[in-house]
Amino acid sequence: MKMTGRKLIDIFIRNSIKMLSLLLAVSFLSFLLVSLSPIDPVGQYILGLQTAVSPEQRAEIEEYWGVNEPPVERYFHWLTEVLQGELGESVIYRRPVAEIIGERFINSLALMLCAWLISGIFGFILGIVMGRYYDRWPDKILKKICYILSSMPTFWIGLLLLLIFGVWLKWFPIGFSSPIGVLSRDVSLGEKIYHLILPAFTLSLMSFSGIALHTREKLWDVMNSDYVLFARTRGEDEWTILKRHGIRNVILPALTLQFSSFAELFGGSVIAENVFSYPGLGSAVSAAGLQSDLSLLLGITLFSALFVCTGNMIANLLYRIVDPGIREVKE
Amino acid sequence: MRRQNYRTRAVILSVLLLVILMAIYLSGIFITEDMILGSFLEAKLPPDFQHFFGTDALGRDLFLRTLKGLSVSITIGLAASFISGIIAVLVGIGVACGSKKTEEAITWVIDLFMGIPHIVLIMLISFALGRGFWGVLIGISFTHWCGLARVIRAEVLQLKSEPYVAISKKLGKSGSWIMVHHMLPHLTGQILVGLILMFPHAVLHEASLSFLGFGLSPEQPAIGIILAESMRYLSTGMWWMAVLPGLLLVILVLLIDKLGHLLRIIWDPYSSQG
Repeated sequence: MKMTGRKLIDIFIRNSIKMLSLLLAVSFLSFLLVSLSPIDPVGQYILGLQTAVSPEQRAEIEEYWGVNEPPVERYFHWLTEVLQGELGESVIYRRPVAEIIGERFINSLALMLCAWLISGIFGFILGIVMGRYYDRWPDKILKKICYILSSMPTFWIGLLLLLIFGVWLKWFPIGFSSPIGVLSRDVSLGEKIYHLILPAFTLSLMSFSGIALHTREKLWDVMNSDYVLFARTRGEDEWTILKRHGIRNVILPALTLQFSSFAELFGGSVIAENVFSYPGLGSAVSAAGLQSDLSLLLGITLFSALFVCTGNMIANLLYRIVDPGIREVKE
Repeated sequence: MRRQNYRTRAVILSVLLLVILMAIYLSGIFITEDMILGSFLEAKLPPDFQHFFGTDALGRDLFLRTLKGLSVSITIGLAASFISGIIAVLVGIGVACGSKKTEEAITWVIDLFMGIPHIVLIMLISFALGRGFWGVLIGISFTHWCGLARVIRAEVLQLKSEPYVAISKKLGKSGSWIMVHHMLPHLTGQILVGLILMFPHAVLHEASLSFLGFGLSPEQPAIGIILAESMRYLSTGMWWMAVLPGLLLVILVLLIDKLGHLLRIIWDPYSSQG
């Protein structure tokens, strides 16, 4: 037991170092890409001001933003600020980036968490059903549905849901996470949930087929193993076998996969939030990219990388620690 | 007609799919701008026999616009497949011939690209190139190689531990000889199938990016732009603008996916019977 405890810490430290190195590389890569852009952020900023700006004022802004510094110096300047938690000021929202990320991440987190749980649970159950009836009619139908769903662009699923539930059935409003004309702090929790349903549903439709198909394959492997055959010859009924051998063996790989799908989840939320004009990180990042809000774009990029890397690290740790088979091999 | 075996059927079906895909691609090329140019007299028409998909708010035929958009999507998908194929081969060689350090470095780079959500990374690359067609093309081409590279890496590592590779090494064959004679035959099929299965992802990402406004400019035909426009008319009940072009996109993706699975069947010797 002592050994595993030490290994646990060991794996954790190694993963953390790797994560830090990746985040540092992400910061460099994203900064490099943004600096390469021919799009002139100062010009965009001045356009956004919608007032005439004299050349002297422009030079002042450039001086303030450090436009004329060499890029390497600018990068280190930015990085030291970021390490101190200072992500700069957003041009489009005119507020500190850290504040925007914090506020919007809560919205996004609610959305992603709902979708993550729904897609995880339903995907897993469907995967079990498919694996149990492998190559028989329930499996064939569900497999077709999974394939079709994974071939649909997320925004189109959103559009269809909007059309069906918003326009035809009129159950849900078209867009906007809060009722029009109500201040965002006055919106009740019920209303927030009401506006969350469609985007969360879209996002879970996008991601559940992966987990379902994965679980299906794994369960099929387990059900064809020698120990299941032995259990059958002992006369255990199918449900007990499924409960004792099937689900126990499949749930861990499924959970690992679910944790390592944070990148897709975030990507999907960018789309879903834009379709439903949901005020989360996803709609902020595309707005930042389109309106050349560099500090916001870089801030959210770093944050999303942190989010994804955390998911991957959890997946890695789960995989290493909980599965005794792998733990043995690694000794 | 005698019932053909599994493999022959797969070959026939994949040729058929290839012809359909080529037809979509070529029709997109031959549809000129002035064929799409509509008149306001015909604006917002629901689908009928003259306009299969109806017309949009400017009276342009949606079926023709969709076809043209899909052919742009296919171009971007092809470019992404091409570049990913090259990178996958390079990764394969790197892992096969390089030291443990090289392999670790490659894994680190793959993890780096997997660490940023694809959409965000494509946005950044597209931003770096000043948005537009090239931004999306290069953005998508340079982000989709990771999955395949990972598969190839694992495959090469496994091949390296095979007895016949070890024996070959003991017999004094050089690393490049082993690469050509023992590894490439295994990898070509993997890479080919992997590329085709990656194609739908590239197409879907292209659609998403132009839907968000990062791709082509609004007057150019792209499936994402058509669907983004349709959003504005959704509440007025013009369902055909959103449903039909999207449906064609999904059909395209499903066809390519099917082609990938068929090729896997053709390549895999175990599946030739049945």
